[in-house]
Amino acid sequence: MSNAIAQQRGLGAMIWDYITTVDHKKIAHLYLVSGGFFFLIGGLEAMIIRIQLMKPDNEFISAGLYNEMITMHGTTMIFLAAMPLIFALMNAVVPLQIGARDVAFPFLNSLGFWLFLFGGLLLNVSWFTGGAPDAGWTNYAPLSTTSAGHGVDYYVMGLQISGAGTLIGGINFLVTIINMRAPGMTYMRMPLFTWTTFITSVLILFAFPALTVGLFLMMFDRMFGSAFFDVTAGGNEIIWEHLFWIFGHPEVYILILPLFGAFSDIISTFSKKRLFGYSAMVFATVLIGFLGFMVWAHHMFTVGLGPIANSIFAVSTMAIAVPTGIKIFNWLFTMWGGSIKMSAAMLWSIAFIPSFTIGGMTGVMLASAAADYQYHDTYFVVGHFHYVIVGGVVFGIFAALHYWWPKMFGKVLNEKLGHLAFWPFFIGFHLTFFIQHFLGLMGMPRRYWTYFEGQSLATGNMISTVGAFLMAIGTLIFLYNIVYTAIKEPQASADPWDGRTLEWSIPSTPPFYNFKQTPLVRGLDPLWIEKMEGRKGVTPAEPLGDIHMPNASVLPFLMSLGLFIAGFGFIYQVDHNAWFIAVAVGMGLTLGSMLTRSLKDDLGYHIHKEDLVEKGDGK
Amino acid sequence: MTDHTDSTSKHKIDIHKKEHKEEMIHQVISFTLMILFTFIAFGMVILEISSYFVKPVLILLAVVQVVFQLYYFMHMKNKGHTMPAMMMFSGIAVAILTIITFTTIIWW
Ligand code: HEM
Ligand SMILES: [Cu+2]
Repeated sequence: MSNAIAQQRGLGAMIWDYITTVDHKKIAHLYLVSGGFFFLIGGLEAMIIRIQLMKPDNEFISAGLYNEMITMHGTTMIFLAAMPLIFALMNAVVPLQIGARDVAFPFLNSLGFWLFLFGGLLLNVSWFTGGAPDAGWTNYAPLSTTSAGHGVDYYVMGLQISGAGTLIGGINFLVTIINMRAPGMTYMRMPLFTWTTFITSVLILFAFPALTVGLFLMMFDRMFGSAFFDVTAGGNEIIWEHLFWIFGHPEVYILILPLFGAFSDIISTFSKKRLFGYSAMVFATVLIGFLGFMVWAHHMFTVGLGPIANSIFAVSTMAIAVPTGIKIFNWLFTMWGGSIKMSAAMLWSIAFIPSFTIGGMTGVMLASAAADYQYHDTYFVVGHFHYVIVGGVVFGIFAALHYWWPKMFGKVLNEKLGHLAFWPFFIGFHLTFFIQHFLGLMGMPRRYWTYFEGQSLATGNMISTVGAFLMAIGTLIFLYNIVYTAIKEPQASADPWDGRTLEWSIPSTPPFYNFKQTPLVRGLDPLWIEKMEGRKGVTPAEPLGDIHMPNASVLPFLMSLGLFIAGFGFIYQVDHNAWFIAVAVGMGLTLGSMLTRSLKDDLGYHIHKEDLVEKGDGK
Repeated sequence: MTDHTDSTSKHKIDIHKKEHKEEMIHQVISFTLMILFTFIAFGMVILEISSYFVKPVLILLAVVQVVFQLYYFMHMKNKGHTMPAMMMFSGIAVAILTIITFTTIIWW
């Protein structure tokens, strides 16, 4: 039982506790820490890129290293920072919002995390073994298939392993939301964050297999002599582009949708109003998810698909702006007439609205295929996607962390420091990326190592770099806030924001079984309904009884470790057959752990009713 | 236990048996059909019938078999399977979209 071990509180015991945990709240911590770590690495890479581009003819880093930097920055930020940070939020919040004691597959949940982490580590080991991947985060063939060294092999194996983890995590949330809702929590009473997590999980389920297939083909082309992408042997590189973007475009919605949900919850809480147009919000989320699969070729307008294909994809792309617009208006109407409290979470949310709208607008510009011939592969595109990803995803993560920090760690992040971190980041963000649209229109291509004197690009790039430093300062203040809060701030109450949804009806941090009694949900914003009727908490749906909990297990860690080892084997067997030993050892570990899991019954344990009464609300 | 509860539970068991029997018949029928389809498939290839005819028919037979498999053997015809059905059909839609793109844009 994890509880007994945790009581000793030695460092070793704590590490062991986290390695074996199947508690979604602890897995959320793991995702947050590792996602945060990769976010800092990706940020460092971004700073190096910006320093290199600070002035014309700069030679801060070499051209080859620059290619590795941009590749690793993009790959790290999307797969190893944004995704896990979103999973951290989903793990911390979704089971609480639907009134569940746990997720549907706690074991798989832990497996998903460890696969992600080992995949990410594998990818980053490449820095120390003779060169990181350098074919861009999109890894287009033939640039990738002909790239020298093992960099791209690391990309393939690392993403394959961490992608499997993401897929597993997505399936877990899908089943959790379908099957584990508390009595009365119908679909149309789910909080928006739960809804968007649900749709995101569907997108993960359907989009990631395309990446898996693409990576497998790439793996065989690079490591086992096949020629799927080799034109001279009858292959076709365009297949990679399609597979990548069939995954890639849904992926950008996988990133933004959960944060749309978080913003909805935050804006409604801090406006003290029910979310405006709840059903329209749900509808727009579903529609975005659906349309997200119809538009991928807008990344390939200049490939030469022909005017018919280009037109179809241009129109479907522009259509996505409609549900997105519905959402923007609903947020505005939620605030309209509300009594708004400018907390740090709300500040990030309000800043998100205009920032993201600019990104959506440049998106529609890019969507007109004829015009895209001008924009494509210039800094205009870089401006566009940073407006949506930083202005949407990153702002959203900051907002959501401020909002749910008390639920995750039992303390409210210091508000003053929260505001102090916001301003440099916000100003820096617009300084960095707004000017990039114009650099792009002036002809500055993306992914070029440097530019010349006298191309009138120097001033814009300088401004951009200054902005990047401001963002770094904002991030550092946020980190300082975490430390400061941990040391100085008092314990938070169960409901510090006067919240509306179920997670605020239980203590911060919740006991490991979440709800002593499963709550009865009587409408949208269940906690708010009870408050309005003068009750203290949510009515329970069942008498106090024994609670069934899953056992901790080290197997997910071992399975992932096995694939990590096998990954090296696959990468280096090209050089020497002896490396197949690593494949055998790694796969042996993984398959052995799977066998153990299958053969050994693990039925979990019960917390007895008497113990629940005795211990009260705490742990 | 009283007589009364006994008789109702017996009644329930009867209904259950009847359902079970129906289910069994369905399964046997679909199983025979599937075997028949397989023979037809092999037969067509062995008899070297024109491939313009064989290919579409083979695909059609395969699809029907998958449907049998899902609905009769994996119980998708029973209640409570709307969500899995929806997920599967969305997945199939994505797959078809991919195939259409590949055939029309890449290989045409
Ligand atoms: C109204 C909504 C949107 C539209 C119409 C739109 C349209 C486009 C188009 C046409 C491109 C291709 C430009 C080119 O390469 O020439 C593009 C690139 C991109 N978009 Fe969007 N977009 C939208 C929203 C988003 C969102 C919400 C995200 C992420 C959260 C996003 C992330 C990206 C990324 C990462 C790229 C660049 C990929 C690359 O080439 O590396 N977009 N967008
Ligand atoms: Cu896209």
